[in-house]
Amino acid sequence: MAKMTFEELDRVREEQRERTAKTSWIRIGTSTCGVAAGAEAVVRAVSDEVRRRDLPVEVQRVGCLGLCYAEPLMEVNVAGAPRTLYGEVGVETALRIVEEHVVNGRPVAGLAMPGVESLGVPDVPSNGTKQVRIVLRNCGMLDPTKIEDAIGRDAYQGLKRALSELGPEGVIAEMKASGLRGRGGAGYPTWLKWKFLREAPGTEKYMICNADEGDPGAYMDRGVLEGDPHAVIEGMLIACFATGCSTGYFYIRAEYPLAIDRIEGALRQARRMGLLGKNIMGTDFCCDLEVRLGAGAFVCGEETALMHSIEGRRGTPRPRPPFPAQHGLWGKPTNINNVETFANIGPIMARGGAWFGGYGTETSRGTKVFAVTGKVRHSGLVEIPMGTTLREVVVDICGGVAGNHRIKAVQTGGPSGGVIPAPLLDTPISYETLQALGSIMGSGGMIVMDETDSMIDIALFYTGFCVEESCGKCAPCRLGGKQMHLLLEKIRSGKASWSDIGTMRRLCTTMQKASLCGLGQTAPNPVLSTLRYFEDEYRAVIVGAPA
Amino acid sequence: MADAVMVPDISRTVQKWRSKPGSLIMALHEIQNRYGYVPRNVSLQLAQLMNVPLARIYEVITFYNYFRLEPPGKHNLSVCMGTACYLKGAPALLDTLKNELHVEEGETTPDGEFHLESVRCVGCCGLAPVVVANGETLAKVGVNAIGGLLARCRNEQKED
Ligand SMILES: Cc1cc2nc3c(=O)[nH]c(=O)nc-3n(C[C@H](O)[C@H](O)[C@H](O)COP(=O)(O)O)c2cc1C
Ligand code: FES
Repeated sequence: MAKMTFEELDRVREEQRERTAKTSWIRIGTSTCGVAAGAEAVVRAVSDEVRRRDLPVEVQRVGCLGLCYAEPLMEVNVAGAPRTLYGEVGVETALRIVEEHVVNGRPVAGLAMPGVESLGVPDVPSNGTKQVRIVLRNCGMLDPTKIEDAIGRDAYQGLKRALSELGPEGVIAEMKASGLRGRGGAGYPTWLKWKFLREAPGTEKYMICNADEGDPGAYMDRGVLEGDPHAVIEGMLIACFATGCSTGYFYIRAEYPLAIDRIEGALRQARRMGLLGKNIMGTDFCCDLEVRLGAGAFVCGEETALMHSIEGRRGTPRPRPPFPAQHGLWGKPTNINNVETFANIGPIMARGGAWFGGYGTETSRGTKVFAVTGKVRHSGLVEIPMGTTLREVVVDICGGVAGNHRIKAVQTGGPSGGVIPAPLLDTPISYETLQALGSIMGSGGMIVMDETDSMIDIALFYTGFCVEESCGKCAPCRLGGKQMHLLLEKIRSGKASWSDIGTMRRLCTTMQKASLCGLGQTAPNPVLSTLRYFEDEYRAVIVGAPA
Repeated sequence: MADAVMVPDISRTVQKWRSKPGSLIMALHEIQNRYGYVPRNVSLQLAQLMNVPLARIYEVITFYNYFRLEPPGKHNLSVCMGTACYLKGAPALLDTLKNELHVEEGETTPDGEFHLESVRCVGCCGLAPVVVANGETLAKVGVNAIGGLLARCRNEQKED
């Protein structure tokens, strides 16, 4: 292999593009969700059939397109027939599609899905979809175990521009122009965090990718890690370059074995190609990235706890300040960003901050990925420009609730967020609007509930989660959470009096004000938001509640 | 398992991780991948070879839900109790498994065949509810699929 340089990167890209343009292919989604739905058997059957009949078509294993409800997904593109996406493909259907579409050149109309044009994929003409895919640009479009595939779809072009043209200051300026804010929950401007790290004294600095994805019921980060690992690696490298780090860590939760595999494989390939390690693309920039694993503790998603965990200790948080940029991993200046934040960086560098900032609202720019799950018809991953309304996501894109039920509420922000009742679904999504409603943007979990779901139950579920996951270091979270859980159980069992609601509200305030980290500070949100919008449900089970 | 058999294995793990700072957790992951849990005698060895107090190792093991101090069952069933699965009926799945196997969450059947536990989201929420059986993620699991699942596990062991 030739030594990696700026020219070589472009040469590989051109070569790969030409190859892709000439190749007929069958793509089968083999991310965690695809595999769970039986994709491996489909891949085996289709590959055998293609080999047996010696068909001029390549069988590719790709990431998740986000239409999880219709897994296993299979997309076919052969000369002379329109590119077609098929859903819920079992072995038998797959063989029928090979026969009719690949051999006879006639797509099987009855089995086709609405098609990729409704997904907002960058290189496919859009038919007025509400989706825009920046983060998910390559998920389902390439084989994540092949770095050439990624390069053919512009991976490392952002890094190239950063190294060849922008320089560290230029990168940060471009980030500022993009308006990108952290996608891990808090929404802090990314460029500012990078600037702090760049200006921090010392030469030993660290970059961390937070891939702990702790919100139960959400899997945006898994989708990207599994489907397009080079997008995250490129973002990390650009961040390291801009801030002066030569070492970075991926902190990935152990519950994601496939994501770990994909990132480790992608790192090996990038290293072999000269996109990682010493003198990247022939420049002075040297940087290596490694993987560290979580071990099943939600609190380790909190940045100070996460750093303790990488240091090989118990993952307990500590008070901030000092912030990681001053005192981080092993006491050295450090920056932590979320997976999705990093996945945005490559395109921002390649296409410019202004391009990115053109999407979204004044204060919340760009797009956001949501994992829409629960009682929704078309559950899956959705990427929309900020400012899209909740209703557009849940009803227009995801088909509303299944069965004859009606939407009761949508929950965002996981254990730190709150419920948003159906009448408020026309709210445009942004950091500010969701917060004003008593929820948060969070990392992108969006759980749809119908009128059969009890809001007291939901509050109990999340409180129970926080009780189990509290690290126990500070009393407000450890004891307050437990008391809140007991009170909720008392309420659900119909034994509570109205004064218990007052007690619960006081507990909430105490936890919000006095807890050490975000876990305890935000744990009351599910309780407060259900009280705010569904007080009737509480009244119904409390004897003697005032009218 | 005799101690003598374990020594070469874990010394390789230790060699790989000792020079890297803060890698106790990575070493523990390797050990658990190999044995299915972290046996006490292995922890003792690890303490010696990595030159850390045994208490430090146990402090870490007991903080993280993922690490186990007891051997797992021959078949490991984890019911996802994340939000999406919870809403789609995971509690009923867990109850059914508890009744069928006569164990509580986190327990192993007396014959060592089945270990039951719950997990917080395996990222397959779009196909909830989800059960992970011996590392394989099963999608959209209904209560009436549990009998078949257990039977499949039991048959497997007859075959081998
Ligand atoms: C209890 C708790 C759990 C968290 N879990 C995650 C997580 O799983 N993933 C994540 O990216 N951020 C998580 N965060 C937020 C991180 O502390 C941090 O703000 C984030 O990783 C910064 O990245 P960003 O600026 O790109 O959003 C969590 C915070 C708290 C308080
Ligand atoms: S909630 Fe069960 S897989 Fe995510």
